[in-house]
Amino acid sequence: MPSSSPGRLLVVDDNKVNRLLLGRSLEQQGHSIEMAENGRLALEMLHSKPFDLVLLDIEMPEMDGYQVLEKVTSDLQLRDIPIIMTSSLEALDSVVKCIEMGAEDYLIKPVNPVLLKARIGASLDKKRLRDQQRELIKKFATSEVASDLETSGFSLGGKFVEATVMFSDIRSFTTIAESQTPAETIELLNTYYTLMFEAISDEGGVVNQMVGDGLMSIFGAPLAQTNHCDHAVIAALDMMDMIQLLNADRLAQGKSEIRIGIGIASGQVIAGYTGTIRRATYTCVGDTVNLAARLESHTKVVGKPILIDGATQAALTGTIKTDPEGAYQLKGKTMEVQVFSVPVNQKG
Amino acid sequence: MNTQSVIDLPTFEALKEAMGADYIGELLQAYFEETPQLLADLQQALEKQDCETFRRSAHSIKSTSNSFGALNFGADAKELEMMGREGKLEGAAPKVEALHANYLVVKQALEELSHA
Repeated sequence: MPSSSPGRLLVVDDNKVNRLLLGRSLEQQGHSIEMAENGRLALEMLHSKPFDLVLLDIEMPEMDGYQVLEKVTSDLQLRDIPIIMTSSLEALDSVVKCIEMGAEDYLIKPVNPVLLKARIGASLDKKRLRDQQRELIKKFATSEVASDLETSGFSLGGKFVEATVMFSDIRSFTTIAESQTPAETIELLNTYYTLMFEAISDEGGVVNQMVGDGLMSIFGAPLAQTNHCDHAVIAALDMMDMIQLLNADRLAQGKSEIRIGIGIASGQVIAGYTGTIRRATYTCVGDTVNLAARLESHTKVVGKPILIDGATQAALTGTIKTDPEGAYQLKGKTMEVQVFSVPVNQKG
Repeated sequence: MNTQSVIDLPTFEALKEAMGADYIGELLQAYFEETPQLLADLQQALEKQDCETFRRSAHSIKSTSNSFGALNFGADAKELEMMGREGKLEGAAPKVEALHANYLVVKQALEELSHA
């Protein structure tokens, strides 16, 4: 078994001999150890510095292991720290109770060093995986979704929300990709994503899907946002500004310009985490989403980069200028949709 | 009474091996500091008929004593732990007294082993 990399461990036990025994074994395995002699002290330490894992005794005066476990698992800051219960209570029911309450694992005292190493290693590996996942969620789903996930704990339930949905896409991306090296394409995509993400998240939007050169973003969910229509359109205008900057840079390097199309629609969407417990993504589905996607493709027909639907246009509160493009029969829609274009370069 | 009947040598040696010969002294010192306090707590809990403290003190004595190989002593403590758990402390007084006396034997045996 590969030995796990060292962690910062907290040993909680009212009995000094047990603390020393466990502490010594863990130090020998390369971990850095701190000790607490009761639950209250342990909680104070957990709040004051980061730990990767806690070894927690059940039987303690003042505040026992159950109480500490309850506090830790209901605390958003602490609940991802794995807790391994240590107890010489051979009674299975106390162990079962702890696991049900959210403990990661358990060890029977006196602790066998080999078993200790294996359990600690496995728990630390899982903790690191979860930390990495959280980092990934932050990278790809913005802090809003990350914090919503932390609170909801990936409950895979949907709800109706009023939101604005935006689709954006690079025009003729395949042609661009064919005219340059794969490394250049990936670099272009990375630059493009960085710029678009910035424009979208600056306005409180959440990018929830990246497919090739396409992006789907949501404004107004998972966290409610007032004037989400305004924010989405402003983000679209910012994205166009960014693309102009990117193109100036590309032209200077003798590369071709890129053009993007953006479609925006507002209304009721069904939002929630879809997928399985193992792999979930926050997304929105419904007519509004389909409409935004259709409007994005429709930019090619109209020849204007930003198209919004009537609902978004009607809800705009600021001084954003829009031009009516008439009613269009869009693919997959039974009724005609009022379409407006948003002229670029209209901000001061 | 010889040392071997008080302390299970394989357990003690395994602990010494695992912890390092220099560290065993520190562990024993902690044990010698804590156990008299736990025995006093046990005595006091008995007088107050405080079954919970009685149970927890006996539990703690059992736990650490077993670690050093004081298995018979640990078993005696476990018996008291069970009495506390069941809330029946009748007849516990002579057993607590015996535990006090046996602790001195255990202590002496462990001291001898640590210097061996």
